[in-house]
Amino acid sequence: MRGGNAALGAAGFAAFLLLAEAVPRLGLVGEEYFPPASRIADALGTELADGAFWTALGDTLTGWAAGLAIAVVAGIVIGVLLSVVPYLREATASTIEFLRPIPSVALIPLAVLLYGTELGSVLLLVVYASFWQVLIQVLYGVQDVDPVAEETARSYGLGTWARVRHVLWPTALPYVMTGVRLAAAVALILAITAELVIGAPGLGARIAVAQTSQAVPEMYALIVVAGVLGLLINVGARSVERRALAWHQSVRGEVAV
Amino acid sequence: MLDVRGLRKVYEGAGRHVEAVRDLTFTVEAGELVCLVGPSGCGKTTLLKCVGGLLEPTGGEVYLAGRKVDGPPPGMAFVFQEYGRSLFPWMRVGQNVGLPLKRKGFDKGRRRALVADALASVGLADAAGAYPWQLSGGMQQRVAIARALAYEPEVLLMDEPFAAVDAQTRADLEDLVRRLWRERGITVLFVTHDIDEAVYLGERVVVLSASPTVVREQLKVDLPAERDQLSTRVAPRFAELRTHVYEQIQAAKRGAVTAGTDKPPPH
Repeated sequence: MRGGNAALGAAGFAAFLLLAEAVPRLGLVGEEYFPPASRIADALGTELADGAFWTALGDTLTGWAAGLAIAVVAGIVIGVLLSVVPYLREATASTIEFLRPIPSVALIPLAVLLYGTELGSVLLLVVYASFWQVLIQVLYGVQDVDPVAEETARSYGLGTWARVRHVLWPTALPYVMTGVRLAAAVALILAITAELVIGAPGLGARIAVAQTSQAVPEMYALIVVAGVLGLLINVGARSVERRALAWHQSVRGEVAV
Repeated sequence: MLDVRGLRKVYEGAGRHVEAVRDLTFTVEAGELVCLVGPSGCGKTTLLKCVGGLLEPTGGEVYLAGRKVDGPPPGMAFVFQEYGRSLFPWMRVGQNVGLPLKRKGFDKGRRRALVADALASVGLADAAGAYPWQLSGGMQQRVAIARALAYEPEVLLMDEPFAAVDAQTRADLEDLVRRLWRERGITVLFVTHDIDEAVYLGERVVVLSASPTVVREQLKVDLPAERDQLSTRVAPRFAELRTHVYEQIQAAKRGAVTAGTDKPPPH
């Protein structure tokens, strides 16, 4: 069944590539805006041989990873604090609901004012966008603590810190993992957006340069790279999730009793 | 050992005022096995949580070995009805049993010895590496009992621990509690809604009234210490005692008031 699915998926993807090759060649769309798949593949090969491409990729990944790390740590620490300290959650709920929907891209002018085209601009946007994904999940996860588990921990005299560590954190972990996975995807989008719009060094800036210099196949090749990056990040996040949550119902599946 | 004096618990909600427990006074001697039985919804769980320091009583006091209970005392262990939620699914059986021992400041070797000994006592010596959800319901409750044993409590509080397991498993677990109580000399306060279970297990049965709860009767169970699922349950004395408790519970449900007695029904 699994093998069958994989074969179907491969066949579907091959058909998609064939279509992307045939449609421009048949003149159904303008070849100057939409080059056939083989020319994009050529351009991709040229990119991969270029040292500047790898520098740009490194810049993008640096902005992504650093921004994501800051957002995850801040989201977890602040989320746990808001839940553990009495009344803090209620006091901050309205502020969070107000700040959260602000689109990160609306902060581009602020980022330019503060950091120009430096890494700081990318980080500001990435952190702002992914922080909320993590924070909201942590807040939900912490509320999910089973009262019986909590009472068990209390009856055995576990203190606040021990309960955070042994009860609250494992309960929230599945939510945190979901938050991190969402944040990782959003962080990549924002990193490339920031580079594209502000001109901070990275894949996004390279896409903008390719576009302005009419290097259409190169532009598509870079977009393909961004897509592959997104795919790898999602696959990686899922495998981390599986490892960390081997005990959880969603991962362990049905067990014989 | 355990001294409950004038315990009262009122839940104050939005415009609601529910008196769950009105006035409870009873004692449990060191090494005694006492069953608390009462009609459904009579506040048994509330009472036990107050005794265990998990809930703050509105009035009255609980003393454990002469010291007032104001929070979960170190000499008390709790076994909950919901074993599936009381054991942590992210920890293996051995870790679940060993977790409370970290607080006691024992070194690793001592903890490991206590965990192994407790698991062996409940017949799960080789389950330490499994996750709780890989075990059957009865085995999970055994793990929860082992966790309480490893903690080496003076008093063991059990809140309807066998209400969620099937009848055969239940009989095995009842015999397990009797055996552990005799072997280890722990004081046990066992809450149940099952009259047969209360009479079969207990050295003494405390019958509670309907809510708001008071002690309706305290009954000494004069069955032999050696009990057996087959012979004890068909013994004429067992039938007399269970009939008596059953009548008391029925009367409690109707709200009939009789003076509390310590007298067992006549032979």
